[in-house]
Amino acid sequence: MSPPAVEARGLVKAYGAFTAVDGIDLVAHRGQVLALLGPNGAGKTTTVELCEGYRTPDAGTVRVLGLDPVRDGRLLRPRVGVMLQGGGAYPGVRAGEMLRLVAACAASPLDVNWLLDTLGLRAVDRLPYKRLSGGQQQRLALACAIVGRPELVFLDEPTAGLDPQARRLVWNLVSALRADGVTVLLTTHLMEEAEALADRVVIIDNGRVVACGTPSELTRTVVDGPQVRLLASAGIDLPMLSAALPEHCRIEQVRPGDYLINGPVDPQVLATVTAWCAEQGVLVETLQVTRPSLEDVFLDLTGRELRS
Amino acid sequence: MTFPLGTFTPRPGAGRPARMLAVHARTEFLVTVRHPEQLLLTLLIPMALLVGLTVIDLIDVPAGLRRVDTVTPRVLALAVMSAAFTGQAIALGFDRRYGVLKRLAATALPRWVLVCGRLAGLLGVVAAQLVLLGGAAALLGWRPSAVGVAWALPTILLGTLAFGSLGVLLGGALRAEIVLALANALWFVLLLAGGIVLSPSQLPGGLADVVRLLPSGALAEALHDSLAHGLAPGWGPVAVLAAWTVAAGAAAIRTVRLS
Repeated sequence: MSPPAVEARGLVKAYGAFTAVDGIDLVAHRGQVLALLGPNGAGKTTTVELCEGYRTPDAGTVRVLGLDPVRDGRLLRPRVGVMLQGGGAYPGVRAGEMLRLVAACAASPLDVNWLLDTLGLRAVDRLPYKRLSGGQQQRLALACAIVGRPELVFLDEPTAGLDPQARRLVWNLVSALRADGVTVLLTTHLMEEAEALADRVVIIDNGRVVACGTPSELTRTVVDGPQVRLLASAGIDLPMLSAALPEHCRIEQVRPGDYLINGPVDPQVLATVTAWCAEQGVLVETLQVTRPSLEDVFLDLTGRELRS
Repeated sequence: MTFPLGTFTPRPGAGRPARMLAVHARTEFLVTVRHPEQLLLTLLIPMALLVGLTVIDLIDVPAGLRRVDTVTPRVLALAVMSAAFTGQAIALGFDRRYGVLKRLAATALPRWVLVCGRLAGLLGVVAAQLVLLGGAAALLGWRPSAVGVAWALPTILLGTLAFGSLGVLLGGALRAEIVLALANALWFVLLLAGGIVLSPSQLPGGLADVVRLLPSGALAEALHDSLAHGLAPGWGPVAVLAAWTVAAGAAAIRTVRLS
């Protein structure tokens, strides 16, 4: 069996007194999408740069396609695509020139004109890099990462600063890469991105892994089972409704008129709620069975406070 | 937008080295000649000095030579220093700042192509300088001997290597703004007091000995010997340029950082 695309064990990296990465383990299986999720400054970029071979870990090991990214870089680089977080082009280089330079480094690159078209960059083919918008620079960086038909791509914040259309395009592209058997390791601080794209998610905070698993495994760790969300008029008689609900069900008002029922949710709970509302003359605007989102997990694990 | 299955099926592998080298060198060359400040430094200032020092009586002309014969080799030495040292250092400083080296280091470009591609781009710039400045000098009446030109070309190559190694040493380790300030300041000092405008023989004794050991003084003297007198360059200047190349190159290998 071939080794995982990326396997890191006990990675540590410090910059002076600051430990950016403090014992991270992660595995990206071949053909899967692994998302490193974490707040800004959590250590995501340092982790990715250790895997890319830009930095040498202070402790721990990392293997990429079974090789050491620092020592075996020469063998590894033709097989791996890298998207840096910002920059990565001569200020005066034309967009198309930069992509053609990176394409020339690969044995069987994608068609450059097709890729420029696909990423909406054909119109700026001859424009200097410094005159591209942030989103165009971002898409060019993505093009450079995939043009060489790599087996594994590292995408550091691939959708940061993109408009919704471009973000959707990048999501489609990542899904297409996965469908074609390319392993993708991406970083993001967007829950919905991790939820939409990733087979597995590693949540990082303060240089440590605080949780990992599939998106559905992770959402199960905070709240067991689904919840019921009720939107109706504010100030309904909560104790009375609570008494009508089956045992072990708890109801709380999250915001005025927005109620959440936790506990074993079954069809009877929904019937009870609607019947009670009909009796009391309360108009139900929304009654929804929901699962906790990755965002709930994330905030639960990394805290709800704004960081300085 | 959806993608047909198989669009991105991996087909990894490195490109052909010759093609990587050619595309990299071409990109480096184009990026340099398009840059307005590089153009000012590498072409316009040397051109202005060539014309100015030829038509205005500012520097001493050795007996038996016309003014353009002594000015042209000095301006060519300046042009090499401008492109290989100052221009190279500043470009490298900012390329590091903008992650260009980091980007290229992540491709299949072998390290030797990364160095040689940059060098080949630089040699292209120097060749363009020689053609344009040599052509302008010819219009001003410069007629070097064929033997002189034949000796000058390898000297210019060696001078490019010496100044290029120093440029990489400076531009490869420090912050871009500091590189910009130092590279410009050193350019100005070497132009005035480093044996380019004034030959060592015109300088006070102690300073003259120091200037003969500088790459600027050595290159200007070697080019002057060949182009003004049709002679092979002396061993002294050649040894000085070779020593700077080896010392700066060896140091740069240890100090250059990608970002």
